[in-house]
Amino acid sequence: MSVKSTAAGGPPAKGRGRTTRATVAKRRGGEPGLVQLLTPEGERVEHDDYAIDLTPEELRGLYRDMVLTRRFDAEAITLQRQGELGLWASLLGQEAAQIGSGRATRPDDYVFPTYREHGVAWTRDVDPLNLLGMFRGVNHGGWDPNENNFQLYTIVIGSQTLHATGYAMGVAKDGSDAAVIAYFGDGASSQGDVAESFTFAAVYNAPVVFFCQNNQWAISEPTEKQSRVPIYQRAAGFGFPGVRVDGNDVLAVLAVTRAALDHARSGQGPMLVEAFTYRMGAHTTTDDPTRYRRDEEREEWASKDPIARLKIYLEREGLADEAFYAEIDAESDALAKRVREGVRNMPDPGTMAIFENVYADGSALVDEERAQFAEYQASFETGDTTAGTGH
Amino acid sequence: MTQTMAVAKALNESLRKALENDPKVLIMGEDVGKLGGVFRITDGLYKDFGEGRVIDTPLAESGIVGTAIGLALRGYRPVVEIQFDGFVFPAYDQIVTQLAKMHARALGKIKLPVVIRIPYGGGIGAVEHHSESPEALFAHIPGLKVVSPSNASDAYWMLQQAIECDDPVIFFEPKRRYWDKGEVDVSALPGALHRAVVAQQGTDVTLAAYGPMVKVCLEAAAAAANEGRSLEVVDLRSLSPIDFDTIQASVQRTGRLVVVHEAPVFYGAGAEIAARITERCFYHLEAPVLRVGGFHAPYPPARLEEEYLPGLDRVLDAVDRALAF
Repeated sequence: MSVKSTAAGGPPAKGRGRTTRATVAKRRGGEPGLVQLLTPEGERVEHDDYAIDLTPEELRGLYRDMVLTRRFDAEAITLQRQGELGLWASLLGQEAAQIGSGRATRPDDYVFPTYREHGVAWTRDVDPLNLLGMFRGVNHGGWDPNENNFQLYTIVIGSQTLHATGYAMGVAKDGSDAAVIAYFGDGASSQGDVAESFTFAAVYNAPVVFFCQNNQWAISEPTEKQSRVPIYQRAAGFGFPGVRVDGNDVLAVLAVTRAALDHARSGQGPMLVEAFTYRMGAHTTTDDPTRYRRDEEREEWASKDPIARLKIYLEREGLADEAFYAEIDAESDALAKRVREGVRNMPDPGTMAIFENVYADGSALVDEERAQFAEYQASFETGDTTAGTGH
Repeated sequence: MTQTMAVAKALNESLRKALENDPKVLIMGEDVGKLGGVFRITDGLYKDFGEGRVIDTPLAESGIVGTAIGLALRGYRPVVEIQFDGFVFPAYDQIVTQLAKMHARALGKIKLPVVIRIPYGGGIGAVEHHSESPEALFAHIPGLKVVSPSNASDAYWMLQQAIECDDPVIFFEPKRRYWDKGEVDVSALPGALHRAVVAQQGTDVTLAAYGPMVKVCLEAAAAAANEGRSLEVVDLRSLSPIDFDTIQASVQRTGRLVVVHEAPVFYGAGAEIAARITERCFYHLEAPVLRVGGFHAPYPPARLEEEYLPGLDRVLDAVDRALAF
């Protein structure tokens, strides 16, 4: 699939086609310039630049991914409320943005997430339990990023966009046609690192897709506090295309991200995708969105729910029967059970893990402190309280 | 095979050898290509290895280090040049929050072999932000290794060792020593990267220094010798980790220690060394460990830097004080 978008941002004007799309979007309460293939009412619409043709099985697969991801997320919130997790960053409402973009990646592509990409991780076959270690407090990441080409979660906002860009520079050097995708939020678009990553990616024509999930809120700050122009339009100033997609439309997200990745892997350089979506829950479990946003806004977005609209479509087209939904329900329950038990049985790390992996090549300083602390710990066994920590 | 060369040339030869030996080694930074760097440390490398290996970057320090991290994750070994000490701070976030921690966060599954070269310290009459000594800010961060050569031989060998190291290494280059010449044996086996060395033997007081101050301490030892005093000079070479064993052995011989660096004394490397050596050598010390260094003030304008920087007189004054106990 070729991308006809220009550096001016969004798909190119093509006379009637563009007018029609804008009109359709407006009539349906969408945003102008928003790529949409499945309306909130579950109606399939076509787009000149981003066509997609999926088999019934693929469509059911996307539904399954979104439902299971939502169930995983709900289970994690519950576990946090029960004191099993110290914190959780919910993706509720962003399932389509994550599943659609994640399913657009190839196994040899590389993903650089923030800390909310549970759905993307799902599409990369990362064990959901791996994601919970850092929120439970047993590690700060803990998985091997190269196992599924899915980097560790990044807490510092926007840092990973530079890592993705550097990685993409390496991919290009290697002569590979893999692509890299960097996730970030609307708040991160204000960070210098994101701007620098745009600069580097453009200058070196790096095969990286910048995937911004604009969920409208950076904790309590609305997108208006981040940018005076729509985020996707920022790409133009760096010399690469940007496009805004309905982030609650899994088909459109899949089509647009696939096109953007193809654009990158075919040597045309970076592309920015702004998935226009909504964070239905709190920023994290410590946040209270009732202090800064209206209920009506949430309700309005609830009517654009990504899972509900795909379900309407599946049912209208007769692509799924009761047995299918029953199967998904059973799978959801099993996943929740596995996650719940897995978290509760997650072992605390051994005390001496403090000193592990500080350095790859070791360090005399770490060795010394490890030995002193081991001696101190051992003193509780022997009752020799004169053994000091060295401090 | 011993050659005489300046520190700058030794660094240049070291980078050349690293580029030749390992196709994964990359040089990155502002002006490192055609110009050869503002100090010409990368001179000729762009011409011989091309823009794919010697990469001129946009003017963005966080971007330089952040993309170097990404390249390292892809299997490359980037050697990054920060143009001047005071310009590293836009990249400090990437170095401290990302580069230093990723290996541990991935439970050792990934390595970050990134070298960040920083020309540092004063003494060249530069303007603001061009003469600072921020090494303690990096040595304080677990996950980083911090080294600083003081002479041409160490410049040549330590840089290659830093590039071969699988950990991130902050490589502080004493810019006012760039033009000092020394012997480099390019065929000899180098010492361990994090081993301190006794640069001058003596019996009365140990001077511990690194980078630009080693030369000042050697001159102080020569001056003191004229007055019948025997000073031992330990070149630390590595600031994280620090080879306390070598300092300890020296102090157990001399009974007195003066730590000398350009960076402000307050919370500086000298404080760490004084504390650890006091702990290790309490019964050998004839005097408290003394420190000579910069003041708790911004690095001064060039016309004042000779007053700010520790020179022979301030070092010898500290020696006198140590011996007076």
